[in-house]
Formats: sequence, C-alpha cells, structure tokens
Amino acid sequence: MSEWMDVGAVDDVPALGSRVVQAPGGNIAVFKAADGTLFALRDRCPHRGGPLSQGIVHGHSVTCPLHNWVISLESGEAQGADQGCAHKIPLRINGARILLAASALMARAA
Amino acid sequence: MPKKLVVIGNGMAAGRVLEEIFDRAPDLYEVTIFGAEPRVNYNRIMLSPVLSGEKGYEDIIIHDDAWYEAHGITLNRGKQIVQIDRDAKCVRAADGTTADYDQLLIATGSLPFIVPVPGASLPGVVTYRDLDDVNTMLAAARRGGRAIVIGGGLLGLEAAAGLKAQGMDVTVLHLMSTLMERQLDPSAGYLLGRAMEERGIAVRCNANTRTILGETHVTGVMLDDGTELPADMVVMAVGIRPNAVLAKETGLETNRGVIVGDDMRTSDPNVFAVGECVEHRGTCYGLVAPLYEMAKVVAAQLAGDLTAAYAGSVTATRLKVTGIDLFSAGDFSEASDTQDIVLRDVARGIYKRVVLRNDRIVGVVLYGETADGAWFFDLMRQETDMSDLRDTLIFGQSYGGGAALDPVASVAALPDNAEICGCNGVCKGKIVQTINDKGLSTLADVRAHTKASASCGTCTGLVEQVMALALGDKFSRVATDPMCGCTDFDHDEVRRLIRAAKLTSIPAVMQELGWKTSCGCAKCRPALNYYLLCEWPEEYEDDGRSRYINERVHANIQKDGTYSVVPRMWGGLTNPRELRAIADVAERYNIPTVKVTGGQRIDLLGVRKEDLPAVWADLNQAGMVSGHAYAKGLRTVKTCVGKEWCRFGTQDSTGLGIKIEKFMWGSWTPAKVKMGVSGCPRNCAEATCKDVGVICVDSGFEIHFAGAAGLHIKGTQLLCKVAEEDECIEVIVALTQLYREQGRYLERMYKWADRVGLDAIRAIVVDESEKRRALFERFEISQRRAQVDPWAERAAGRDAHEFNPMANFTLAEAAE
Ligand code: SRM
Ligand SMILES: Cc1cc2nc3c(=O)[nH]c(=O)nc-3n(C[C@H](O)[C@H](O)[C@H](O)COP(=O)(O)OP(=O)(O)OC[C@H]3O[C@@H](n4cnc5c(N)ncnc54)[C@H](O)[C@@H]3O)c2cc1C
Ligand code: SF4
Ligand code: FES
Repeated sequence: MSEWMDVGAVDDVPALGSRVVQAPGGNIAVFKAADGTLFALRDRCPHRGGPLSQGIVHGHSVTCPLHNWVISLESGEAQGADQGCAHKIPLRINGARILLAASALMARAA
Repeated sequence: MPKKLVVIGNGMAAGRVLEEIFDRAPDLYEVTIFGAEPRVNYNRIMLSPVLSGEKGYEDIIIHDDAWYEAHGITLNRGKQIVQIDRDAKCVRAADGTTADYDQLLIATGSLPFIVPVPGASLPGVVTYRDLDDVNTMLAAARRGGRAIVIGGGLLGLEAAAGLKAQGMDVTVLHLMSTLMERQLDPSAGYLLGRAMEERGIAVRCNANTRTILGETHVTGVMLDDGTELPADMVVMAVGIRPNAVLAKETGLETNRGVIVGDDMRTSDPNVFAVGECVEHRGTCYGLVAPLYEMAKVVAAQLAGDLTAAYAGSVTATRLKVTGIDLFSAGDFSEASDTQDIVLRDVARGIYKRVVLRNDRIVGVVLYGETADGAWFFDLMRQETDMSDLRDTLIFGQSYGGGAALDPVASVAALPDNAEICGCNGVCKGKIVQTINDKGLSTLADVRAHTKASASCGTCTGLVEQVMALALGDKFSRVATDPMCGCTDFDHDEVRRLIRAAKLTSIPAVMQELGWKTSCGCAKCRPALNYYLLCEWPEEYEDDGRSRYINERVHANIQKDGTYSVVPRMWGGLTNPRELRAIADVAERYNIPTVKVTGGQRIDLLGVRKEDLPAVWADLNQAGMVSGHAYAKGLRTVKTCVGKEWCRFGTQDSTGLGIKIEKFMWGSWTPAKVKMGVSGCPRNCAEATCKDVGVICVDSGFEIHFAGAAGLHIKGTQLLCKVAEEDECIEVIVALTQLYREQGRYLERMYKWADRVGLDAIRAIVVDESEKRRALFERFEISQRRAQVDPWAERAAGRDAHEFNPMANFTLAEAAE
C-alpha cells in the first residue's frame, strides 16, 4: 500500500461543503472552505460524536450540526470555551486529486 | 560551430527565453523556431485591448521581422510540429519541414478548454486564445447582435467588456455563485459583478449550460433550468489546458502538463520545456510572471549554468478592463491562525482585505483601489514582519493619518428615496428633511412628525441611524444587540437595509453593510439567507450552504448521524394506500423505528443518509411529499374530526385544516410554525397552544395565535372572529406573512407577538382589509417558488453528492 491514497477529485467537494470518505476506523469528512482550501478530519465531533461533515462551514471552521460546537478545520480543536479535538487526517493535493495519508485512512480505531 | 537550438511554439515564453539567451551568450546557438500561428511573437495578454479597440495588432508586436533577422533566427511561421524523434534528435512539421537539434525547447502554451455540451462545435462558437480568435470576434461584432460569454473568469470578463465596447449586447454565464471565484473572495466578486452590470453587461451566476442551440450556426444557449437565451455568438472562456500532447506522444513524462524539474529539463535532459505547457512541482501556471522566471532559468541552463534553478512562483492577478480596478494575490482564506484586516468603504465601493499569519502577509484582495497592490505583493513575497505597521497597514503605503471609518456609512450611502419605514412608507429624505425643517432631536418627535417607526417598530434602529446622520454629535443612539460578531447592525436594521438598498445576495449584504468578516458565520448566514428569501421571493436563489443541516438535506439529523423522515399527512388524515407505502418503505430500507408523532403523523426514524433519496422517491410514488418536520417553516396543521363525525362538531375542522395546510405548505418562516383547528371549544386539536389555532363555533371561526407548548407553555391570544372559511384563511395567511416579514430569525411567533404587541398586529391584519389583502398577495407570490417538494427534487438527482460518500475504503479492507 502506498503512503497516500486517492479519495476523489478536488471538484467532488463543493465549496463551503464537505464529502464523506468511509474508512475502516469510521468516516472521514473532507471539507472545502470558500477559498477552496481542503481539510480532512475524522467525522466525529469531540463533544458527543456528531457528524461534522453535516455542519455549516465558515472561514476555516465548521459548526457541529448537533450542538453547535465550532471546530477548527486546521487543527481539529474545538474553539472558544469548549475543549476537545477531532482527529486530523493528513491531506495532500496532487493536481486535481485529493490524497489522504494511508496510515490514518486505514487505521482501525480513531 | 554554434549548436542547434530548436524551439516549438513562438509565444511569450519562447520569446523571453531567446531574449535571455542572446543577452548571455549571443553566439552559442543557431536558432530555428516553429510557430503554429502565421505571424511573429506578439503580446498575448494585450489581446483584450485589441478586442475592445483600444489598441491595434501593430501595437502589441514583441519581436518584429528585423529582430529575427538580426539574431539569425530561422522562423517557420504557420508550421505546426507534429512529431519529435528523440533518437534522431529531429522534429517534423505538418508540411514535412524537418529540423535537427542539439537542444530542444517545448513552448507550446495552452489550449482553450471547450465544455463538451451538444452544439459546442457549431459555427459561431469561438474560443479566446490568439489573434485569429480576436479577428473572428471582431468580424462577428461588426454585424452586431447578441454575444454570450461562457465563463466569468479573467478571460471571459475581458472578452465580455471588449465585445460590449464593440457594441454587442453581452451576457456572461458563470457556473459558480460569484465571478472570478478562484482569484477573489465573494465580497470582491460581488463588487465586480455589480461593476459589469453597471456597464451594461448582464451577468448570470449559478448558470450551467446544457446545450448550445442552432442548426447551421449558433442561435442561442439553453441552461440547465430550461432557460433559453438567444445569441449570435458564443465565446467559450471556461479555462485552459496545458498543451502537452506532443511531449506525451514522444514519450516524455507528462501529467497535466509536461513535467520539468527545477532545472526546467523534461525527463529527456536534451529537451527543455517552458511556459504554460509546463508542470513544475505539481503546479501549472496561467499567467506571464512565472513564465518569465522560468525563462531566466532555461536560458541560464542553455548557456551552461547548470546550477540555475526555478523554485516556483507566487502569482498575482489583475483584470484588464478599463475602469475596473482589481488585484488579488496569495491565500486569502480565513483560518484560526490567520487574521483578517478588512476595509469596506461602502460609499465608494471599495473593498480591501489583507490576510496575516504570524504578522506576515499571506494574501491580499483589493477592489476599487489597487494602487497599493504591488506594495502588498512585495511585502508578501519578502515575508516582511508587519507587527509595527499593522494598525495602519490596510490604508496602504502612503498612509498619512487617514480618517477612522464612519459606522453610519451604509445609511449615508442610501439614496433619499430609500424606504426606511415600511409600515408607513417613509423614506430617508423625508426623515432628514423633517428633522432639519422642524429642528427635531428625539426619536419620539421624529415618530410624531414622520410616522417613521411608529407602527411595528422594526425600523427604530435605522431611523436612529438616519438621525445620527442628520444631527451628528448631537444625537446619541441607543446601541442594540448586533446580529452576530460579523456586524454592528441588529436583525431589524439588516432587514430594513436589505429592502431599502435593494440588496439581493449574501455577498451584497456583507459588502454594502460593511461586514467585518469575509464570509460571515454560522449565525448570520442562515439568517441572511432567510431574510433575502423572504424579501425577494421571485429572484433570490436559496443558498443551501447557509442552511442548518436539517434544512439542507430535508430530514432531521439524529444523535447517531442517521435521519428521520416525516411525510406530510394533510390535516392529520391518511389512508390505507399511504400507510401501505410507509410500511413498505420501512421494510425495504430496514428502518428500525416507526413512531406516531405528537403532530399527527408518522415518523420513520434511523434512516441512513445514503438511503434518503430512495426513501423519498418511494414515498413520492405513493403521492406523499415532505412534511418539513425539519423546517423553519410550516410544520403541521393538527385537526380534530369535526362536524363530519363528532356529535359536538360545529364546522368542518378537518377540511379547513387540510385547506390551510395545502395552501401554506412549503413556506419558510423565521422559526417553525404549527397550527391546529378544533371543531368546537372542547379543543381536541389543542389549537390554543399553537402558533396559530382555530376554534370553530356555531357562528364561525375564532382565530387564535401566539401560543406554544415547548420550552414555555403559552396559551394563545384571540386575534379575531370571522364568519366565513375564506375569510378565516385570508386572516391566517396575512398574519403568517406579517410574521415572516417582521419576525427575527429563530424568533417564534409568540415572541414576535410579545415584542410587537397584539394591537399593532391586529391593526394591520384585522382592521385594515387593504393591508391584509396586500399581505395575502405577497404570501401567494412567494408560494409560487416555495411550493416545490424538496424530496422530489432530491430524488430526481439534485445535489446528489450530498448523499453519497466520495469513496469507500471499508470494502477494500474486507477484500484484503
Ligand atoms: C417527532 C416529534 C416528537 C414525537 O415523537 O411526537 C418531535 C421531535 C422533535 N422535536 Fe418537537 N417533536 C414533535 C412535536 C412537538 C410538539 C407537539 C406538537 O407539535 O403538537 C411540541 C410542542 C409544541 C410547540 O412546538 O410549541 C414540540 C416542541 C419542540 C421544541 C420546543 C419549541 C419551543 O419553541 O419551545 C423543540 C426545540 C426547537 O424547535 O428548537 C422541538 C424539537 C424537536 C426536534 C426537531 C429536536 C431536534 O432538533 O432534533 C425533534 C426531532 C425528532 C425527529 O427527528 O423527528 N420540539 N415538538 C413531534 C413531531 C411532530 C410532527 O409531526 O412534526
Ligand atoms: C486574452 C488573454 C489575456 C491574458 N491576460 C493576461 C494578463 O493580464 N496577465 C497575465 O499574466 N497573463 C495573461 N494571459 C495569459 C498569458 O498570455 C499566457 O500566460 C502566456 O501567453 C503563455 O505563454 P506561452 O509561451 O506559454 O504560451 P503562448 O503564448 O500561448 O504560446 C504558445 C504558442 O505555441 C504555438 N504552438 C502550440 N503547439 C504548437 C506546435 N505543435 N507547433 C508549433 N507551434 C505550436 C501556439 O500556436 C502559440 O502561438 C492572457 C491570455 C489571454 C489569451
Ligand atoms: S421532547 Fe425532547 S427528546 Fe423528545 S423528541 Fe422532543 S426534543 Fe427530542
Ligand atoms: S456532538 Fe458536536 S456539538 Fe455536540
């Protein structure tokens, strides 16, 4: 298995939106900010496991759909007074393709 | 003896390489060039001024015949190379001409990308890349008529401005929601769109071309939504593709472009590549600045300096349309470790944004005033520490103690005829004039003399802004709670300004009202989306990305990330066919829980997101539509059996409930709206704890409102009593519309009623039949576009990506 795995095209992810990659250790959410920057996090909110892929993306943050925690897409850290961290998945762009780090992608437990 | 250098492509990059070589080593090479274009090297980026008529071809020539002669170059014009034989070190042109080389340089540029839609090859469809394209466009423009430009990027907009200058009627179609979205943020994109429209160029965003129409020549374009636009010419300006065909055929390493290392050599050390056809460290460029940097390195290498290396470029963009000033460079995203400095001069239409990371500039967007572009760009490339300059940085290089920004600028920018008070139709000019004429200084006086803010009061803040404007320091306004951290305006002010300044998009609101962030937050975006939808029901396009998840996917998210699905059951009535369909769906998709809700319908809980479209399609088949159990909109209309069966029933409460629900479903409201209709005062439909409730009595219908039974238990208040069913529906609709127009986002009806007062509401909805009628009509208009079953749209494939994972690696693992 190579180090990086192709999970889809850059254009597959809508701006201010996200797509899900299903992985053995649970879903991974791939986000695209308004400026086109891509991020990948484990699709689990550090609060109570909400699917972050379903939240509203703004700036480089996402607001969790369940109880509105704001999570930084860059670090996975909860913002403001809330504490916790959503696991960040290394991501690389190759041309028009999105690659995720194979080790994180195929890891069994988050 | 000089060595032989053969160059394929006689464009800007090739020309620059040769200049550099002749500077360094004039006699080292004997040069042969093949150019597919039948002319000398000219300045491609100046084609736009040629198209607009500001320049001629002669003005943009870079190397004339004398130059080629002086350097002993053999120029093969109009000869396209079709083969490279790397073993024999020889190239061959289409007409059979050959040339041997010691060193080969590929500089074939890019090819315009053509959207593969039906009709794309019809005569009258042109691209925008070279002088021939410009001549074709100019010939067409001489005949006048309509031009459609597909693509709202740099090229498309320059083409549009040029064709407009040549007298054509021009429309730009752009796939994304704002222009030049790759180079600009939505605020600057909005200003750009406005500027294009001001010069008479129509701009349609979110426009996806389905077909180009015509039999023997282009006659028009059809969009995805079925709209047909007539056209005599269609310009495709959707993007470019590196021209790497030749390199690929000859076995050189290629990806998107011809792959080169830092030494600019391809996978064959005797073959160089330069310009737009190149891919370097995974990047392909589409501007000249990087090509010039590459050209230096190619020339140095060719001249024997094997250490010369290209490290990639940072690029900046400017648009060359006379009168539009725009500059962008770098990464202008918002991030937790970056800080934004934003300056919006609303009155002058200026927007500037500088993005800092660790006190260094990482991105710049300038609109309206770009004189400092180069200065910012330089500071960015030098990675200069800005901590000392930070406070005044945004004012630019020549800052000399500029004035602080005026918070009432947005109101100052409004024209005198902008309506400030909607209830009483009072405009800004009238308020200012009355204040001046009568020497007024308090809100109470202004209310008394102008009637502004004397009714529902939602415009109070705005009236105060106008007073601050007219009275200056003599007036101190009571600060209200802003909508969110992105603005100083409160909800009501934002809403009134949307109306007064005719703002019709989220970027328009953010620019004109001086938003402090570039793209808002999860608090303001859903509110703005609702306000715009409510204000401009016929033109505003709902923005799904500014909706909470439930409304975006038309289902309620559950704690485990699955969804619940609640089909409508009109007035709580169902039948065996619907029940059977629900049962079938529950079995077919293994839906774990089927529950009767507190709102008289059935909830299917635990549906997997991927299954939603199929579940909806099946329910649609059985005639059921979304129950909007997720919406800030009309939820249920609960009914009791009424006079049809019940021995106490006085009217057909079930029938009335169904009529109301059928008329009002699909409407968006500030918060959810629930209704109930009971057939007699025993009130089995619990109508007196709903947002709107009807109690039927022998002599007619009592209309109650402003109740709730959630976090707070609120009994309803009596609004009025009417005799006829039709009148009952009219009052309820007018009441709901008033709430839609005045309610703050997420403010439930009872809270709105508490704030505005029962009397004020009754005065409009009950006492004044004309106003009631007008409200009713506005609701009807908005229903025309709102009453679409979102499930059917989704089941038909709209935004299908929402429901499918992008990739699945769990199966791959199972197979291992
Ligand atoms: C399904 C249902 C409970 C049930 O099993 O019966 C229900 C379920 C939820 N209710 Fe409710 N409410 C349901 C009837 C009610 C009722 C009774 C009624 O409508 O007659 C009330 C009291 C009446 C009222 O609204 O005033 C009610 C008061 C609330 C409230 C409190 C609202 C308030 O302003 O105080 C919330 C919270 C909110 O909306 O912010 C809420 C929110 C919710 C949410 C949407 C919570 C959420 O955000 O996820 C639940 C969604 C579950 C789901 O996926 O379906 N639900 N909820 C009922 C669906 C009715 C329907 O057919 O659409
Ligand atoms: C209308 C317009 C406006 C622009 N405005 C700007 C701007 O404002 N700022 C900016 O930085 N950039 C701008 N650009 C982009 C800029 O022009 C290009 O980046 C630059 O011209 C690329 O140089 P190049 O030498 O790589 O390719 P080109 O200049 O395209 O030259 C390639 C040449 O190779 C020829 N060729 C291709 N294949 C063969 C073959 N097999 N045999 C022989 N010849 C061949 C082609 O005919 C062409 O003449 C603009 C481009 C256009 C079209
Ligand atoms: S009462 Fe509470 S737990 Fe029950 S459905 Fe309503 S919101 Fe959910
Ligand atoms: S699970 Fe994300 S905020 Fe509660």
